[in-house]
Amino acid sequence: MSAPRRPLPAWAEIAALPLINIALAFVTVGIIVRIIGVDPFHALRFLVVGAIGSSEAIGYTLYYTTNFIFTGLAVAVAFHAGLFNIGGEGQAYIGGLGCGLAILALDRFLPAWLMIPLAIVAAALFGAAWAAVPAWLQAWRGSHIVITTIMFNFVASALMVYLMVNVLIAPGSMTPQSRNFTASGKLPSMQEVLGAVGIQVAPSALNLSVVLAVFCCVAVWVFLWHTPWGYELRTMGHNPEAAVYAGTSLKRMTMLAMCLSGALAGFVGVNELMGVHQRIVLDFPAGYGFAGIAVALMGRSHPLGIVLAALLFGALQQGGAELAFEIPTITREMVVVIQGLIILFSGALAHLPRPWLQSLLAFFSSPRSRGEVPAQRAEG
Amino acid sequence: MDEAFSFVFLMFAATLRVATPLVLCAMGGLFSEKSGIVDVGLEGKMLMAAFFAAATAAVTGSAWLGVAAAILAAEAMALLHGFACITWRGNQVVSGVAINILAAGLTVVLGAAWFARGGQTPALESEQRLMPLFFPRAGDSILVYVALASVPLTWWIIERTRFGLRLRAVGEMPLAVDAAGISVAWLRYRAVLLCGLFAGLAGAYLSIAQNAGFSRDMTAGQGFIALAAIIFGKWRPFPAFGACLIFGLLDAVAIRLQGVQMPGMGEVPVQLIQALPYLLTMFLLAGFIGRAVAPKAAGVPYEKEH
Repeated sequence: MSAPRRPLPAWAEIAALPLINIALAFVTVGIIVRIIGVDPFHALRFLVVGAIGSSEAIGYTLYYTTNFIFTGLAVAVAFHAGLFNIGGEGQAYIGGLGCGLAILALDRFLPAWLMIPLAIVAAALFGAAWAAVPAWLQAWRGSHIVITTIMFNFVASALMVYLMVNVLIAPGSMTPQSRNFTASGKLPSMQEVLGAVGIQVAPSALNLSVVLAVFCCVAVWVFLWHTPWGYELRTMGHNPEAAVYAGTSLKRMTMLAMCLSGALAGFVGVNELMGVHQRIVLDFPAGYGFAGIAVALMGRSHPLGIVLAALLFGALQQGGAELAFEIPTITREMVVVIQGLIILFSGALAHLPRPWLQSLLAFFSSPRSRGEVPAQRAEG
Repeated sequence: MDEAFSFVFLMFAATLRVATPLVLCAMGGLFSEKSGIVDVGLEGKMLMAAFFAAATAAVTGSAWLGVAAAILAAEAMALLHGFACITWRGNQVVSGVAINILAAGLTVVLGAAWFARGGQTPALESEQRLMPLFFPRAGDSILVYVALASVPLTWWIIERTRFGLRLRAVGEMPLAVDAAGISVAWLRYRAVLLCGLFAGLAGAYLSIAQNAGFSRDMTAGQGFIALAAIIFGKWRPFPAFGACLIFGLLDAVAIRLQGVQMPGMGEVPVQLIQALPYLLTMFLLAGFIGRAVAPKAAGVPYEKEH
């Protein structure tokens, strides 16, 4: 995207630079924690124990991780096509709507083994449809996808409030939420699933969606790196002119990339509504769509990197909640601060440590041992 | 008759009240966008400013110190944006998103730690706020007039001064500006700082003029509506001002229409009216109502050749 920079050896591009970026973000958070009068290491201990200190904590950490994987993959697929999808929030919202509508319409008639896959498909279709409009506007009318996806987040939110307050609200309910799903519209929790094969875990919000998330990671990896369409998509992201020259239709690829992206984001609705709330509620995307940008940037838009980044974010989300409980001066929003700083340091300021690393390497090594191929970067 | 006049006057005043932060934000954003720096972080700047205005006013008791703190906070965010986008040539959208998320988190974290009210600042007394100047019912604080004055001022700076000429040039073709021996980076930094100034005033208006204190996420998308207004106004000050007024009027109408039965169409969904600014802007972007063309170099980092 930007002009060439002096390349670093591959290991430095893939591992050292991202780690330094994350470290910078965490040092900054440490300073903020210090400013509000809490010992950062004290806070860190609560955070770690809260995230992985018990079977229940690990369950919740993995449940949050599931959401981050979905939105991280969503942003990454678009990134690879050279598109910046900021609309994950709205796509997750509408994906959840699709999932919920399918269940509300059919859960009284269908058994779970049929209802669950149908609801998942509905979530993907609705999420994809919500992303298809900005994609179409970009491909055919030339409107900038960053702006249109931002606008669509607000439109999605307004639409959902309208639907929940006026249409889908359960009869007699004071709060805007739909009726409860019946048993066939409920995704089994991992506690039940693992219990069935004899493994005992503590109850948590973790449900079968986590399996869907892992499946999505593999599917995205296969699609992007081992199918002709994935190849075309990445070619478009690297060099649209070359892609056109090779016979790719940029319009079709834009639609494909954004629809996939929207479908992945829509799965947040599966985890939240079918897995946890078991009815349609307001505001369940709760910032996961935006956090997906941080996850994708940190994971360098690779499924494996995204899983690692999502695990970190999931742990932060769960640990942050426990931390806020233990130390009242720190609120849960500390996690949001960390997300913002990670986007800043791994995204906008990604090249900040590069000169330091370069002079450090130059100091220790002869010029010949430097790698020549820069690893691809996750930039929009 | 008197009642009709009073209704029109109050509607007009309500529109202006709602439009004021939009206008200030849009004028700030114009400077940045005209110089080629895309700013999706207006929302975050405004939120930070709103928080620091209310916090400072609550602690010191002075509204004016609050305004100063708001400007400083927004300028800090603006400098961060400039540092990432101009000095480090980072992705401008990523930087803007980072600023929005950072602001959403940091205002609550600091607010909860300092005031222990779940992210809110203490309610401000009237002497700690910017109060209406002439019409108590209209809420015409000084910042409303500042916003009105900012439009011709922005127009004059961009269209009639040497700085404005260079600003427009750097947003269209930075190479030409560089070749003329003018620093692209310094020009863009000044644009970004002007943006911070206006976003700071907009934030201060929200928390110490329109409201009596800060509450979490109180900007509620207004930074993005201002961004939409810039696009709707096709990157020109007066049309952008017009867009802000339309969006402000929509909001004022939405509040009025809540639960009202309209003849022939039943109750108008308030959410539809709230979504209208975004929908209208998208129609415009799609080329269905004229064409909105951004400054050519917007979003592209400038790489100086050595």
